[in-house]
Amino acid sequence: MKNLDPQLLWALCGVLSLLAVSSLIGFAIKVTVKKPEAQATIRNLNARIAAWWVMCAIFGLTLVIGQVGSLILFGMMSLLALREYVTLLPTRRADHRTLFWSFFIFTPLQYFLIGIHWYGMFAILIPVYAFLFVPTRLAIAGDTESFLQRASTIQWGLMVCIYCLSYAPALLMLKIPGYAPDAKLLLYLVLVDQLSDVLQYVWGKLLGKHKIAPVVSPNKTWEGFIGGVLTATLIGTALWWMTPFRPWVAALVSLTITLMGFAGGLTMSAIKRDRGVKDYGTLIKGHGGILDRMDSMCFAAPIFFHIVRYFYVR
Amino acid sequence: MKAHPIAGIIAAAARLISGVQVRWLDSEPDPRQAVYFANHSSHLDFVVLWASLPADVRCVTRPVAAQDYWNRGLRRALAVNVFRAVLVARHAKKTEEVHDERPASGDPRLAIDHMLDAMGDAESLILFPEGTRGTGEEVAAFKSGLYYLCQRRPGLRLIPAYLNNLNRILPKGEVLPVPFISRLTFAPAITLETGESKPAFLARAREAVCRLKDI
Repeated sequence: MKNLDPQLLWALCGVLSLLAVSSLIGFAIKVTVKKPEAQATIRNLNARIAAWWVMCAIFGLTLVIGQVGSLILFGMMSLLALREYVTLLPTRRADHRTLFWSFFIFTPLQYFLIGIHWYGMFAILIPVYAFLFVPTRLAIAGDTESFLQRASTIQWGLMVCIYCLSYAPALLMLKIPGYAPDAKLLLYLVLVDQLSDVLQYVWGKLLGKHKIAPVVSPNKTWEGFIGGVLTATLIGTALWWMTPFRPWVAALVSLTITLMGFAGGLTMSAIKRDRGVKDYGTLIKGHGGILDRMDSMCFAAPIFFHIVRYFYVR
Repeated sequence: MKAHPIAGIIAAAARLISGVQVRWLDSEPDPRQAVYFANHSSHLDFVVLWASLPADVRCVTRPVAAQDYWNRGLRRALAVNVFRAVLVARHAKKTEEVHDERPASGDPRLAIDHMLDAMGDAESLILFPEGTRGTGEEVAAFKSGLYYLCQRRPGLRLIPAYLNNLNRILPKGEVLPVPFISRLTFAPAITLETGESKPAFLARAREAVCRLKDI
């Protein structure tokens, strides 16, 4: 409970009010807009808001528990994300044992390394050791059909779903002089990244006309992108007080988070389109799967971590 | 029928590991007597199918399982007490390797008697008419058990189901599961029609399962 400092509490209260306002707006739209063609969107909007309450409750709870809570939460999300990813991709019978290693050895190990604050091993476990292990294990299994494609499919899943996502709770192992406790930094990343997603959706629904990448992601528009990135950066700047950054640095960092988040959403959409599906899963009502919600985080977290580590950790 | 105290927990664990998404096409779960029949590619098949039924249906539904696999140690304890499985002998594996055509022994009919006994007049069965696990890509020809059951019990409702991805979670020959997301699709019941021949009926039943694969 040592993480409950006043700034963290303020930020959590902010999230709570934001949820309350969203629910009110969602309710108002539901009551006032009667156009039949808008009903599906409105239902989806309210399902999304309802799911946000649950997600915020779970995330808030794990933040309050402390490092172990965050590690368990993100570790579970990594497993669920990897599960959605490999289900979608063509795997062969000979991949079975390699996949078992990915789920039950590499994933727990990666989060364990964060838990014991072994940065050096955390940073190379998957890009070096798992990277070499996966093709070796596949070669031992003896099936050479589409060998390189199968190996890189699993390597990519490990990198995105486990390695990249684990950078978010890894923020808790950074020791920044004159700044404590660090749970605020994780909350800051999640807030800016997820608000950027939400605001891009909202601006896109309100003003969206010009498609940004019609083939890859038909719902993304220039209006949504610019509006979302600008407003999320603005909010990220206004929240500088909960970070070790000065306001102008907070602005640059938030901009980076939102742009990386956009890159993540776009890239993960390209995989979905290639496999001919709309969502990775059905776990979060209104949103799709874990990977549909965390795609932006997978790309934003590692970059955010390394910016903070390079400039702020002595 | 009273469910075993840990049946609910086992069912929840099976649903978690298999991540199963259950769909009932033009039908809904119903505790009336029926035979659920599905494609077979994994030892987890009946566990997942059983676990996906609502509790009130699950407690009157008994899987038919192979004696040689489920009759040992902890597996037996689970099979007999929790799943209340009907264990049947997979007749003469060795003979099968020698002769292609299985001789018309009394064995299959014994198994049918055994299943009918287990059903009584209220309980349902889970049955895999392929007889043995396949690779998951093709559904093998159905064995005749399903037909004989219907012949002995006119009007018996048969509910087709298709299990996707179970062969990826626990394929033949593996001990440890990989948690892919699986899918289970139920379709409206079929019945044996009067005068329908055995090959025609078995082909129709197999088609009723196969068509659910990509819906």
